[in-house]
Amino acid sequence: MDYEPSDVTVVDRKDEITSRIPRPAEAPAPASPPQQSSETPASGLERMHATRHIRLEDLHAYYGSNHAVKGVNLSFEPGKVTAIIGPSGCGKSTMVRCVNRMHEEIPGARSQGRVLLDDVDLRGPGVDVVAVRRFVGMVFQKANPFPTMSIFDNVAAGLRFTGTPRDEITDRVNAALEAAGLWDEVEGRLSEPGMSLSGGQQQRLCIARALAVEPAVLLMDEPCSALDPVATLKIEELIGQLKQRVTIAVVTHNMQQAGRVADTTAFMLSGELVEVGPTEKMFTNPDDERTEQYVTGKFG
Amino acid sequence: MRRRHAINRAVEVSCWTAALLAVAVLAIVLVSIALKGAGEINLDFLTQNTSSFGVGGIGNALVGTGILIGLAALMAIPVGILIAIYTSEFAGRRSGFVIRYVLDILNGVPTIITGIFVFALLVVGHQQSGWAGAVGLAIVMLPLVARSCHEVLALVPGHVKEAGLALGASRWRTTLSVTVPTALSGMITGALLAVARAVGETAPLLLVTSIYPDLLVTDPSQPLPNVTVTIFRYSETPDPVKHAQAWGAAFILILFVLALSIVARSLSARMRRRLGAAR
Repeated sequence: MDYEPSDVTVVDRKDEITSRIPRPAEAPAPASPPQQSSETPASGLERMHATRHIRLEDLHAYYGSNHAVKGVNLSFEPGKVTAIIGPSGCGKSTMVRCVNRMHEEIPGARSQGRVLLDDVDLRGPGVDVVAVRRFVGMVFQKANPFPTMSIFDNVAAGLRFTGTPRDEITDRVNAALEAAGLWDEVEGRLSEPGMSLSGGQQQRLCIARALAVEPAVLLMDEPCSALDPVATLKIEELIGQLKQRVTIAVVTHNMQQAGRVADTTAFMLSGELVEVGPTEKMFTNPDDERTEQYVTGKFG
Repeated sequence: MRRRHAINRAVEVSCWTAALLAVAVLAIVLVSIALKGAGEINLDFLTQNTSSFGVGGIGNALVGTGILIGLAALMAIPVGILIAIYTSEFAGRRSGFVIRYVLDILNGVPTIITGIFVFALLVVGHQQSGWAGAVGLAIVMLPLVARSCHEVLALVPGHVKEAGLALGASRWRTTLSVTVPTALSGMITGALLAVARAVGETAPLLLVTSIYPDLLVTDPSQPLPNVTVTIFRYSETPDPVKHAQAWGAAFILILFVLALSIVARSLSARMRRRLGAAR
């Protein structure tokens, strides 16, 4: 089963993002218009890259009067895993929740700044949050399969929400389970409840559920913090395999995990982005003194 | 040390006694109704119409109560569920609180007041009717349905609802596809308990659907014979045969309520198990 979306799918998706997410008038025209012609010899993969770069510009987030994220500028690069580390309460989860606009679901919460998916501001006026969340998937700290649904229905849920034609659903569910490394374990028992799986399997089920709608970006908010080391390792391996298909941002309080999975690491402290750079440099030779103190375990 | 131990013992014993007392009251009620009523139950009693003289039965009253409860449930359950969905999923903190408070007050309104209200609204100037009785019972049921459904919807963990939203489902879609199915057995429990409560209500019916013929009536625009008013009427007659039949009708009523409660409890246990796994 090949998970790679076909060229046609990519073209459709580009149409969708431009039609469903209105562009703000002042937004600059795309620097390099995404290739839409299927004759171009570029692979589907590269096309996907064309629509999956996330850039945060001067992003602020608040809970009531609490200023949780203070003007962050950060990029999630296509084909790479970006880890966001920092002590509890530093605003790292809040920041990624601004990307798919889950932050605004909390009463009293608000945000300002720009969140650009390529050249489209996801926070722009009139942008449909439903469309945003189709392009930006999320995996949560606690595995949260839908309790009443079977394994199959859990993965199919997003497809059904977005009106995917019935005859495509089975193939895409199977492909997503394959991509999440769960297919071999659940083949033949897709109709069993999602809750019957182990904790690690449930989390991979949630990853499959997020992947099924073929998002451009996958946000993972401490995806392994409730899992044992074996299940954690499986998810980390999975992150490495998936990064070619989808831009990944992982929030983690586990620095070893950031070291294992991330190409780029960002360090946040008290709502501010202290430093961002290649993971190896961040852990061996960071520019900022606070980063060094944190990664060497002097605080946090 | 010894004193503390003694106090501990005393408190424990009094709690036990109080709990035992509650169980004993229920047991005495059930046993006495069963002793006096069970003997009355036979096919004639269940199928014959009510009568002022002679043996008769409660057949038409059972049918009438069924219609009244059915109509009341059709009015109260959908509205109650919509209110619960609003208060648990959509309302702001303040409006949700106000609505729930109002429901609690409505729940505390004595049912004779509800009866007078419905009497003034629907009976004065018209006549007694099944519709009026159903509205009275619906008013009794509404706060029970809305509050119990609110509680179970609020039990669905936030991270499960978040999963729906993060997948690109709108709020109402998440509510319908994720939250309500997860809470469904608990919501059915709430509805069943409200039915169990309404089926035994007498006060509203006494005022709005109590002057009925000893015949089978199925038209709700007429006063409908019903079980609770029949129990009341039979117990007011000097005829020992009717007294025995009042016990028989009470026995049927309490069996029905008991059965509903047991079904409701088992459903809610199922939901708790499911949510326990989701937590």
